[in-house]
Amino acid sequence: MSNRVAIAGVGMSKFGELWDKNLRDITLEAGMYTIFDAGVPGSDIDGMVIGNMSAGRFTGQEHLGAQAVDLSGLGDIPAYSVEAACASGGAAVRHAYMSIKSGEHDVMLVLGSEKMSDVNQTEAMNTISVASDWEWEGMFGATFPALYAFMARRHMMEYGTTEEHLALPTVKNHANAAHNEFAQFQRAVPIEVVMRSGMLADPLRVLHSAPITDGAAGLVMCREDLVKKYTDTPIFIESSAQRTDTLALHDRKSITTFNSVVSSTKSALQEASLELKDIDVLELHDSFSIGEIMLTEDVGIAKKGEGCKALEEGITEIGGKFPVNPSGGLKARGHPIGATGVAQIVELVLQLRGDADKRQVDGAEKGLAVNIGGTGATSIVHIVGR
Amino acid sequence: MAEQGVAQVWRRIRAMYRIEGNKCETCGTHFFPPRPVCPECRRKGKLENYTFKGLGSIYTFSIVRQAPDDFKRQMPYVVAQVELDEGTRLTTQIVNVDPEDVEIGMRVRACFRKIKEFGHSGIIVYGYKFEPVMKVTGHKQ
Repeated sequence: MSNRVAIAGVGMSKFGELWDKNLRDITLEAGMYTIFDAGVPGSDIDGMVIGNMSAGRFTGQEHLGAQAVDLSGLGDIPAYSVEAACASGGAAVRHAYMSIKSGEHDVMLVLGSEKMSDVNQTEAMNTISVASDWEWEGMFGATFPALYAFMARRHMMEYGTTEEHLALPTVKNHANAAHNEFAQFQRAVPIEVVMRSGMLADPLRVLHSAPITDGAAGLVMCREDLVKKYTDTPIFIESSAQRTDTLALHDRKSITTFNSVVSSTKSALQEASLELKDIDVLELHDSFSIGEIMLTEDVGIAKKGEGCKALEEGITEIGGKFPVNPSGGLKARGHPIGATGVAQIVELVLQLRGDADKRQVDGAEKGLAVNIGGTGATSIVHIVGR
Repeated sequence: MAEQGVAQVWRRIRAMYRIEGNKCETCGTHFFPPRPVCPECRRKGKLENYTFKGLGSIYTFSIVRQAPDDFKRQMPYVVAQVELDEGTRLTTQIVNVDPEDVEIGMRVRACFRKIKEFGHSGIIVYGYKFEPVMKVTGHKQ
């Protein structure tokens, strides 16, 4: 098929606790950078989609589609807002992919955005909890970190994963983020500091967990035959796949594997006629370090139970066979929930174009992103290539 | 609008107070919380109410040390997935035990406790928590 969907440009706002900026500011910032990077005249954009989890609770504002189109002066084009908890960003990318593929839209602006620091920590925690089964998990005191702690505890029992292992993704991702000027934490952390950090929910600590972040990211996506007008370095979406699992973690047969990730990855590779060995760089959803360990296994980099080994051997470092989260991942780049799925694609595009500076993965041609919602109830996988 | 939490809790009282779920008579699978459709049998499924015995063992657990305001007074508390003897799992707090003594596989039974309050003037939510059977019978199993 020659009707692939292309990415003409990317952009993002600074990620961090941005006290001086509101939801509009960061969304607009990412949108502007994206449009300038793509070199697309505003009049060519015929649709806009924004991924956001819970602006209504975090800031009081909903109806973000209309807000974004209004702010960016894009006229009266259709504006869509999509939500899939932490996978809202990936859902926005997939929404645009399907819209362009179907022929309904030609050139779309895709945004992901979340402003989380306007509420206190407790309210932020409550809001994140609704990504799981609120009535049957959250209501009984299972915080979001506790649910990931459930997985970590089982992983430790079933596969001998240790507390030291749980610290490895954090150490790697912080080291990568030191070279990412948009990242929230641009500094390395030693393993002892991770292992001494405050306990959230045993065995998970503060530094095993992605932070509260404000931020937005964007893409301009268009039909393959149009993209040459805008850029000499187009990147293409080779495939997009999405799968669903039970909303509540306790309803799954195994909680040490994300079935939705296994099947969506398989489906995405198949659709792109690729195998995992063809992938040069990955962005995996490390909202908690145990998440990165499990995803390393579920996408097939390591056998089940050996995700930690892959980390120990440096396979997932920049320079390794399968570099994971060169951007710093959710842990160190930051995790503005609705923006994350889009920011993952932004990173892959920079890597494939060769624009990733000191964190560049040499000669990357294909990239894969896994964006999951809740505790894995939604998994969205995109494969991009140049 | 009803006061926060009132209707939301009231309509789930049978499940929360008595661990009443359901069972698919077609495939024999038990569900808790009750499911509106058996995901295996779908339209061929036949769901009947089923009150669980309230016995099971700990499948996985965590000790919560940072919690929302509603639970702050209880910190640190143990939250776990309990595998009920009928074969399904639920998420619940483990009480009447030193958090350090909790382990995977520990036999537990349901007890009736206060879960949380909806803020200062909100309703008080009651429901199931689980405790080690050893505390009651003196035997680990």
